[in-house]
Amino acid sequence: MRIALAATCIADTMFPGAPRATVRLLERLGHEVVFPRAQACCGQMHVNTGYFDEAVPVVRNHVETFAPVADGEWDAVVIPSGSCTGSVRHQQAMVCRRAGLDELAATAEAVAAKTYELSELLVDVLGVTDVGAWFPHRVTYHPTCHSLRMLHVGDRPLRLLRAVEDIDLVELPAAESCCGFGGTFALKNADTSAAMLADKTAHVRATGAAVVTAGDMSCLMHIGGGLSRQRAGVGTLHLAEILASTRAEPTALPPARRAATEVAR
Amino acid sequence: MTDARTEVLSRVGAALGRPGSGTTPAGKVGAAPRDVVVPRGYRAAGEHVAGSPEVLEQLVDRLVDYKAHVQQVAEADLPATVARLVRGLSAGRAVVVAPHGIDPGWLAGLGDEVAVREDSPASPLPATELDAVDAVLTAARVACSETGTIVLDGQPDQGRRAISLVPDVHVCVVRTAQVVQTVPEAVRLLGAHPERPLTWISGPSATSDIELDRVEGVHGPRTLHVLLVG
Amino acid sequence: MSRTFLGLPRRLSRPDDGAPPAGADGSSEQPFGPVPHPQAPLRWGDAFPVAAHRTLQDAQLRRNLGHATQVIRAKRAAVVDEVPDWEALRDAGSALKERVMAELPELLQRLEENVTARGGVVHWARDAAEANRIVTEIARAKGADEVVKVKSMATQEIGLNEHLAAEGIAAIETDLAELIVQLADDMPSHILVPAIHRNRTEIRDIFLARMGDAPPDLSDVPRELAMAARAHLRRKFLSAKVAVSGANFGVASTGTLAVVESEGNGRMCLTLPETLVTVMGIEKLVPDFEDLEVFMQLLPRSSTGERMNPYTSLWTGVTPGDGPSEFHLVLLDNGRTDVLADEVGRAALHCIRCSACLNVCPVYERVGGHAYGSVYPGPIGAILTPQLTASTGGVSGHGDVNAALPYASTLCGACYEVCPVKIDIPSILVDLRAREVDADRSRNGVDPWAAAMKAASWVMSDGGRFGLAGRAATLAHGLGGRDGVISVAPPPASAWTRTRDLPAPPSQTFRQWWAKEHETPRTPEEER
Ligand code: SF4
Repeated sequence: MRIALAATCIADTMFPGAPRATVRLLERLGHEVVFPRAQACCGQMHVNTGYFDEAVPVVRNHVETFAPVADGEWDAVVIPSGSCTGSVRHQQAMVCRRAGLDELAATAEAVAAKTYELSELLVDVLGVTDVGAWFPHRVTYHPTCHSLRMLHVGDRPLRLLRAVEDIDLVELPAAESCCGFGGTFALKNADTSAAMLADKTAHVRATGAAVVTAGDMSCLMHIGGGLSRQRAGVGTLHLAEILASTRAEPTALPPARRAATEVAR
Repeated sequence: MTDARTEVLSRVGAALGRPGSGTTPAGKVGAAPRDVVVPRGYRAAGEHVAGSPEVLEQLVDRLVDYKAHVQQVAEADLPATVARLVRGLSAGRAVVVAPHGIDPGWLAGLGDEVAVREDSPASPLPATELDAVDAVLTAARVACSETGTIVLDGQPDQGRRAISLVPDVHVCVVRTAQVVQTVPEAVRLLGAHPERPLTWISGPSATSDIELDRVEGVHGPRTLHVLLVG
Repeated sequence: MSRTFLGLPRRLSRPDDGAPPAGADGSSEQPFGPVPHPQAPLRWGDAFPVAAHRTLQDAQLRRNLGHATQVIRAKRAAVVDEVPDWEALRDAGSALKERVMAELPELLQRLEENVTARGGVVHWARDAAEANRIVTEIARAKGADEVVKVKSMATQEIGLNEHLAAEGIAAIETDLAELIVQLADDMPSHILVPAIHRNRTEIRDIFLARMGDAPPDLSDVPRELAMAARAHLRRKFLSAKVAVSGANFGVASTGTLAVVESEGNGRMCLTLPETLVTVMGIEKLVPDFEDLEVFMQLLPRSSTGERMNPYTSLWTGVTPGDGPSEFHLVLLDNGRTDVLADEVGRAALHCIRCSACLNVCPVYERVGGHAYGSVYPGPIGAILTPQLTASTGGVSGHGDVNAALPYASTLCGACYEVCPVKIDIPSILVDLRAREVDADRSRNGVDPWAAAMKAASWVMSDGGRFGLAGRAATLAHGLGGRDGVISVAPPPASAWTRTRDLPAPPSQTFRQWWAKEHETPRTPEEER
């Protein structure tokens, strides 16, 4: 298959490991990955903050960049993010319509119909759950809100993780409760966000996992930021980074800040 | 100044974008809504027929879950069962209130130990007197097994709403043929007389207002006996 | 602000129950406790972030709410899962409510006709003041100085109790949780269980301090507390002349009204007094009697997590010889038509007040209901309150405290998932944010958020510009120091770094890596 990658703005600039792993994984599975360079962002941040007018050029850029998928130039678009996929599916056309851009909205819908979040692409489109990965560490999985409730990816990520060789996958308590990120919510309602994060990190730490993984770098940035501040000794990896890991080319454990005393021991 | 009715209705019209309606208080005129077709894909009836063993079993299960007392009684044993339930309620002579249209046979087993007060819309017992009686005996209109609900519709065998409310013990006779499985079956049956005052009863009164902990028995009858007959 | 015993505010306007007012010894100068009684029940206290900052400090509140919401979530999930056609019921409920809104003028008039034909009197109220006036006049005409009340959000919303008190009429709340809130002179913090923020020990203490006839050896066992309330209210039920209720549903085609409850206090109020006054928002209609078959399945399972609530009363006008001989229905607008005028926001009027969205909301669970500054807290409050107050600020009012409500959510979607009538709360929240932003566009002055969003829009709408920005960010890679982490940052990022680290940007963006690994070297012309 020819698959176009939408890397997401945050991963492109801040967490390149996730899209890199997506490329490695899909190529290992025998697919061709394309990265259309005109891409930038899906527009979600602008939409969710209420800046619909400002979102329009961002959405237009995304839709026009990926429009070839609608004409069959690529077979699918993959996004290693539940919330960005959600934005493509549920927000882009709405924003275009509100701006009176019905034609763009129709293109957006056509692109969205062929756009998949990574676990959806693997399980539903490519039909694999065992991707031949090897990751010999204790891992817990946080199902991010948008993957869970906007996309309904269900247990697809867990099925993929369970098939990873030598993984010690442990259940995260209260997994389905939000980590408190919510984009600008983390800044506008920092206290509430921090209270939610405190519960999430406590649950992550209770699992004894070395790594918490998810399908969204933004939520992982939030959870990881809390774990790092607490020097919890738990790192974050995107789902793709675990699935890309093999014996030949293992993904290293992410750096995880530990309390000074622990380091000294 | 226009009257409130005219104004509220014209605001509603404005909100729905109907011509000639002015605006809402915030000065808005809304867009006309689209036409709506209501999808009725839900179950209109259950898989079991009214009064079937499955339905009865489910009703009992639900009622017990609500902490109601349920027994299946043969028609012939009903008077004795009623008597047994009511007799012990008072140290002295128990008093039971019954609506004027109740089947007199149901009371036939009570004997001298129990006093029966009849209540009717024409000669209603005052609430304070109802507060002093030990129990009430009524029939029912319909019951729904999936939710464990019994519905009273105020007919002469069920009486005024107050009589099944104020006494602390409610003995309710439900005929097995009256038990349907689903809410839609019950509602459609009640829909024949929507104007009747309806009381849906699902167990004794209860509250979850303290830490969402369920406590049975608050203002309504604290004890509900359901006698399934037939 | 000085706090009285238990943090209870001094009593203001409660019925006489023989207990001495708290703070009567003069120890409390401040008439209000942690929850000031609002003049406006839809807008009180500080804006959400400030109020939430305060309530988050209350460890007891967090524990009480955490426990209660967990219990109710599990109950709800269990009874919803056993319904095979739950999604079909939700679809029907959602469409029915949409139909009600579309046909509201006709349905309201049909309801009015039917109620009138059955001996009821229908009143219309444009706003809270008008509704309060109507209820007061009815109580006055009956010579009542006391009315018994069934829990009702509509009467909370209009501040009926406070209004009646000012007119010398005591309104007695008979729902257990409402009674607790009323005795404590507190404000409700939940639309179904208004005292959810109190635990059993606090409730025992409130009863002992304020109920007058509470047994002195009262324990904190919920059953005993409920029995104390039963004894306390029975006398009131048997003697009340006038009752005031809300309504869960009004059936247009028959004029039938429904009250869904648990304790029997509703039946008492709806049945025993001679006069019944029901205050109902104009959106509470259903078209036909049979439509109750949908809502009577959706509501109980969503709200208390029961297959069916213990009692539901349905009545149509006046039934001679059974129940009140006089029935008044007050149809209330109070901002609803403003909500209805919004194509997206009008779905907030579909709400059947089940409270499921509050119970699953991770924000509500942490901050509690009082932080929302409205009798409608939680996710539904965040979309309903600012719209209801649109004509007095709200979403169109710059600087109005209610304008912060649409931001009181992470958009996690838990509310939408449980809502029995499928109100897409996250989308409405986003829409309200957009309206707020758009309203601000015409104002002068520089908003740092707006400026940042504009700049970001320019950068993020072009791959070339975005690539350059990413490359520029890599220059900050060194900021992270040895462990690659930024722990202190200037505002507004300081709101983040107060409790969270921020990773430093990587030394190479993804697209730089891609260019190196996957692309043949380009000519300078191609490389934009
Ligand atoms: S918005 Fe939906 S979930 Fe929330 S209270 Fe209303 S009906 Fe219930």
